[in-house]
Amino acid sequence: MSKFKKKSQSSQDIPTAALPDIIFMLLFFFMVTTVIREDEILVEQSLPAAEDITKLERKSLVSYLYVGQPKEAKFGTEPLVQANDAFIRMDELILWVTQERDKLDEVDKNQMTVSLKVDKDTKMGIVSDVQQELREANALKIMYNTPQLVKDDI
Amino acid sequence: MARNRQQQEVNAGSMADIAFLLLIFFLVTTQINSDKGLQIKLPPKADEQDKTQIDIPDRNLFKILINSNDQLLVEDEILNDPNLLKGLVYEFINNNGENSELSDSPLEGVVSIKTDRGTSYDLFIKVLDQVQGAYYKSRGSLFGLSATEYLNLDPKNPKQKAKIDKAKESFPMRISIAEPNKIGG
Repeated sequence: MSKFKKKSQSSQDIPTAALPDIIFMLLFFFMVTTVIREDEILVEQSLPAAEDITKLERKSLVSYLYVGQPKEAKFGTEPLVQANDAFIRMDELILWVTQERDKLDEVDKNQMTVSLKVDKDTKMGIVSDVQQELREANALKIMYNTPQLVKDDI
Repeated sequence: MARNRQQQEVNAGSMADIAFLLLIFFLVTTQINSDKGLQIKLPPKADEQDKTQIDIPDRNLFKILINSNDQLLVEDEILNDPNLLKGLVYEFINNNGENSELSDSPLEGVVSIKTDRGTSYDLFIKVLDQVQGAYYKSRGSLFGLSATEYLNLDPKNPKQKAKIDKAKESFPMRISIAEPNKIGG
């Protein structure tokens, strides 16, 4: 009898001393993987979805251009091109490409990819203007950034 | 003495709560930046091309025209549903000279997309996606894979890389994106 009594007296608490460690581990994981976005997006960005998309292998080779209607009314309603943190004029694009290319290592210079994030409601006119400038600047690898299209009928 | 030691212990029970709070904050603010999309390669500068005009026979050219009202003209016929394009392009690529109006071989067929300045970007992406989808489908069918399975092949794996290279060789993605019309912009 005394044996049983002893058992029931033992503590039934789950040791939670290691819980903070586990949570901290998760916390550090998220802190490390979080990329704080450098660019403040000034244009509308609802990207059209596509079905068969490919992934870019190396992020360091990618430069982003944002095209869309400005979020703030003071910039008007016509779609504008944004590079890095500010709007950019068409004739500045070649210079921008050169600057972006200078950031890359010598061996990667011809691998540079321009990722176009274009809003759904944009017309093709401005997109093709951008493409013409990129051709002029010899930045020929481009990507239309799109999320994966989720089909509801399948 | 024993009593003194007990008093020095810090209550760490709420540590987990604090850590949870931080964790949830980072969970919410984390944005996994997706570098996914439709990749294309632009042709080099125009002035170099003008000197060498290449004539492509009509059968090897698959023309897609989109006007400023987002209406499609495919091979001189009006097409209302852009989702049908994938099948048409697939047929065009994999014709291998059978039908005299479609391509001689996948190596020679060119898909040309011409838009207007007023065409919506949304439709253009849809069309480009359909055309690229047809190419991926053809490449996948070389190994009995679906388009999705083909895209999931890992280029870092040498065996799968060989497959991708072979598929690219058999079905080069020849998509031409023409400069848009200025009419009706």
